[in-house]
Formats: sequence, structure tokens, C-alpha cells
Amino acid sequence: MNYEVNEQGFYGDFGGAFIPEMLYHNVNELKENYLQIIESNDFQDEFKDLLKEYVGRPTPLYFAKRLSEKYNTNVFLKREDLNHTGAHKINNTIGQILLAKRMNKKRIIAETGAGQHGVATATVCALMNLECIIYMGEVDIKRQAPNVARMKMLGAEVRPATSGSKTLKDATNEAIRDWIANPEDTYYLIGSVVGPHPYPDMVARFQSIISEEMKSQLIEKTGRDYPDRIIACVGGGSNAAGAFYHYSNNDKVELIAVEADGLGITTNKTAATTQVGTEGIIHGSKTLLMQNSEGQITEPHSISAGLDYPGVGPLHAHLFKSGRGTFIGATDKEALTAAYQLTRLEGIIPALESSHALAALDKIEFKPSENIVINLSGRGDKDMETYIREMSY
Amino acid sequence: MKRVEKLFKEKKNILNIYLTAGYPNLNDTIEVVKELANNGVDMVEIGMPFSDPLADGPTIQNSSQVAIKNGITLELIFNQIEEIRKTVEIPIVLMGYYNQVLQYGADSFFEKAKAVGVDGFIIPDLPLDIYEKEHQQKVESLGLNMIFLITPQTTDERIILIDSKSSGFLYVVSSFAITGSKSDIQQSQIDYFKRINNLKLKNPKLIGFGISDKKTFDTACQHAEGAIIGSAFIKAFEGSKNIKQTVKEFITTVL
Repeated sequence: MNYEVNEQGFYGDFGGAFIPEMLYHNVNELKENYLQIIESNDFQDEFKDLLKEYVGRPTPLYFAKRLSEKYNTNVFLKREDLNHTGAHKINNTIGQILLAKRMNKKRIIAETGAGQHGVATATVCALMNLECIIYMGEVDIKRQAPNVARMKMLGAEVRPATSGSKTLKDATNEAIRDWIANPEDTYYLIGSVVGPHPYPDMVARFQSIISEEMKSQLIEKTGRDYPDRIIACVGGGSNAAGAFYHYSNNDKVELIAVEADGLGITTNKTAATTQVGTEGIIHGSKTLLMQNSEGQITEPHSISAGLDYPGVGPLHAHLFKSGRGTFIGATDKEALTAAYQLTRLEGIIPALESSHALAALDKIEFKPSENIVINLSGRGDKDMETYIREMSY
Repeated sequence: MKRVEKLFKEKKNILNIYLTAGYPNLNDTIEVVKELANNGVDMVEIGMPFSDPLADGPTIQNSSQVAIKNGITLELIFNQIEEIRKTVEIPIVLMGYYNQVLQYGADSFFEKAKAVGVDGFIIPDLPLDIYEKEHQQKVESLGLNMIFLITPQTTDERIILIDSKSSGFLYVVSSFAITGSKSDIQQSQIDYFKRINNLKLKNPKLIGFGISDKKTFDTACQHAEGAIIGSAFIKAFEGSKNIKQTVKEFITTVL
């Protein structure tokens, strides 16, 4: 089985570039150039240097002793929460901003849901002195005020998406429209492994640093360069793509993707795309998505804004359909419980997104000899309001 | 002869009007198309409302949302076209997004469209190679037209390729814009229209995006076989009480 994208941009049945002609030139320009640029020594040197000196990589692979005792196994946390700006998102924005500069683009646009990708984009634009416009749903602007303030402080313009449901999906539509209207000087910096080819592949490559580091860290800590299982949450799926990347062809490793069940997959308040979704096209990519029989894209729900997306990246649709990935879900409530548990056992406040991955510990039977890696994709500072509201003393 | 080919053979300065099916009210589609035909419009493009219309601006997206709320479905659109075809002979082209076609079932979609009297399709996010591989044979065997878009950034080589896969006409996107952007036609756009005309393409061309009134329509007609008006027409329904009156008044500002 092959888990790499083919020349047409497909992972098995999924992917491709289903875009209007107005985007053809831009997407094609990117497709023709991205591999050559990002594989060059000059690019890799600058990328690796910034990841080390600016982002703070490598992130630790932390053996969570008390969590391991509780589940009678060996749990390691890949500490993406310790990155600059608080999540894995910056691995990708550093990579894409270096690419944009090499393509002589002057204006950066991005979409954001919870604001993490928006902050990571505004951060690298400040660093590189580039104009930055962030599209964010009007609803999300209201519920993520601290991140909106961070983006503005970093010099970005935050434009509200007022169409549709006024959330991430609509912010993405608005960003795409901006790109259609400004095809020459503008670079669209997508935040997840979604969108038309080559974005899913490109973002996965930038995030693959996560599993690259895991390999050497696991050798040091366990004597073997692979774990028995890797657990990561999936909205669009960029942190999972990065955590799975170097293990997709190693059948000894179980790849566990945790989706947001929201209030439960039997309710209509869910974001568990592989469970309730069907094959179709969203944001230029053929994948699994939540839609009705007319092909109208439906509204997802998750307590975590980062998982509140009605689709999933084409790589994950392929991992699901081929059976290579194990897809499970965690509800809003299960994620909250897991967040409070990690906080009390290990003194780490996780992001709500990452808490979905942590919740998987209660759903799987482990052997004492196993090594489990959970990708702790982000920290919980941004979610304090929710945590305080939901906390029962 | 097919309706679209016949029209381009017999007439110059083609006016194609876009309307959103199920807007402003669910069954207005029928009356709007009839009135457009009565007022001298040459062709209509019926939009199949989609939740996430990437290539469209806010006006068309808003009308699509209203129509979806009104309860529009592809089946209803086909029924409405069947009703329209009892009295209306001008070409009807369906515009929508590929996901809608896939969920209906592509072959069934094309067959049903043919059966109710549709002449062709504009599906902006259907890639050329996927069309060629999966749908071209079906569409052509049914005698239907597939209309592709070209833009100011489309290279000559690609325009020729797109022309070879298209039938009926080519949709010439006038500028770097989504639908509903408003401005006069600039010299750079005219240069682009001339570049296209120099390629001696097999298909006639209609210019769309940014065409809103008599002035822009007339300019477009100097450089192509006609033009398409969408957002400006949809806007005319804001606050409209009388469909007949609104259509008539709008068309008099163009023709």
C-alpha cells in the first residue's frame, strides 16, 4: 500500500485539485515549484535553523510516568505544546513562509478557526516582514477574542467571514476568494492537510518533523525507533499527518486517529467526519465530508474549535478507507475529562484538540510492555475559558 | 441542430442571464425564466444553489443560501425546468458545483438533465482531465454541452486545450475576480479579449464577471459573441415585490 501522494495529487481515491479555472494558475505554480524549493539544501538549512532557534525544536518526547502507571503501559507525550505559539501549527507556517518568500509573494492570506493557525501565520509574517491578512468566521472572532488580539498585536489584519455559518469553513471560502481576486502577489498559507493538491502533501511534509524526531527519541528511550501505537487527534488532520508520516509504511505501528464526536455521533452535533461523512469534494479536495444527500455541506460541532471542520484531509480519508488507520472518536465530555486528568497527573494543561487524543487512553486495551506515543499537539492556554466554565469542583 | 449551436449561428450579441434556482421564492425559477425569454434574453444559466460556492461572490452566495432555505433540491430544479420547457425554447444551461453532481450520481444527473430539456453545464470546479476521463463520453453521447472557463491567467496553450474539450461556448472570465465585482472594462482586459480572439478558437465566447449594464454589455459584445450577467440581475430582486416587473425593468437597462 502506498501512502504518498501520486503525481495527480491523489492518495488512493482521495485528493486531487477540484478548483475553478481562476485558481488553476496559482495552484499549478505551487505544484510545479514546491518540491524543488523545499528539497533544496538552502531551504532545508533555513527551515531547520528556524525550527531549532525560533520554534524551539526538537520538542521533548516525554515519558508520562503517572499516566503510564494509571493505564499500566508506557505512555510518551510528544510535546508539540512546547513550540513557540503553543502548538504544532508553526512547523507548517515556517515552512510555507519560506516557500512564499522564494516565490516572491508579497502578501500572505490565511484562514483560521480557533485562531491558532492565524496566530502562527501572523507570527511568521511579522518575522519575515510580510503583509498578513487572516480570514476568520465572525462567530469565531467572538469566541476566540484573545487570539484575535494576538494576531492584531502581531500586525495582521483580521477580516471577518460573514457568509454561511461564519466559522472555519466560511473563513476558508473567503480566503480562497481573496486568492482568486489577487492571483499575482498573494500566497495562500493553508493551515492543515486539506485543500487542493499540493497543499495536503506540502503541509504533511512540513509537519513530518514530528515523527522524524520521534524516531531518534524512541531509539534513545526504548531502543527501537518505532512505538506500538501513535495516537493523534484529527480535525483537518495536520498534527496526525506529521505524527504518522514516517510510520505509514511500518505495519508494526498502529496509527490511531481520534475525531471529535461532539455530543455523540448519533446526534447531529458532531465533527466525526469518517463516521458520519461520505465521499465528496470540499475546498478543492476529494475526501470524506459531512454533507446531506444534495451534496450541501453540513455544520459540524465540537467543543474544540480546531476540530470543528466538516471534512478531513485526503490522506486521512485514504488511511480510513484502506484500513491502515484506526479511527475512533471522543466526545466533548470525554475530552474534558482527559484534559483534567492530564493536568492533575502530569501538570500539563493540554489544548482541547489534543485532549481528544488523550481520551483514547480510556478506549483501548494496552499491554504493559507496549510503547504508546500521544501527540500532544497544543497547550491549553487558549481554552482556559472553556476549562473554567466546565470545571466541576 | 442543438439549441446552443443554433443560437450562435443565427444571432449576434448574445445576452445570457444567470439566475439562482429557487430564488427569491422556491417556485420563482419558472416565472423568472419565462419573463427573461419574453423580454428578449437569448439564453439562461440556472444556478443550482450550493452551500460553499467558491467561485461566486457574496450576492450569489446569499441568493443560494436563501434558495436552500426555501427548500430547493436538484429534483425540484429538474421539475421546474420540465415545466419551463413547455413554453420556453431558449437554451438553458445549468451552473453548479461538482460535489452536487457527484452526490446525485453523475450519469443520472446528465441523463435527467437531458430528459427535462437542459442544453449544457457549467461546473467550475470540475477539472478538465477528470471530465475527459469520466464524463465527456456520456455528455457528448447525450448531445449536451460542457462549458469551461478561461481567465486572464490562462495561457494560450491551455486556452486551446480547454477550447478542444468545451462545446457550446467558452466562458471568458473577464478579470481577476469572483462574480459580482463591479468596475468598468479596462484596457488590459481588452488586450486579453484580443489575445483570445487571435487564437481562432472553435467555440464562440461569452464574457462574464463584471458585466452589469448596457455599457459593459456593449463593450463585451465588441470582443465576443455576447456576455453573461449574474450578480447584477440577482441584486435586482432585493426588495422586489413583482417578478414580472423586476425582470422587465432590469432587461431594459441592458438591451
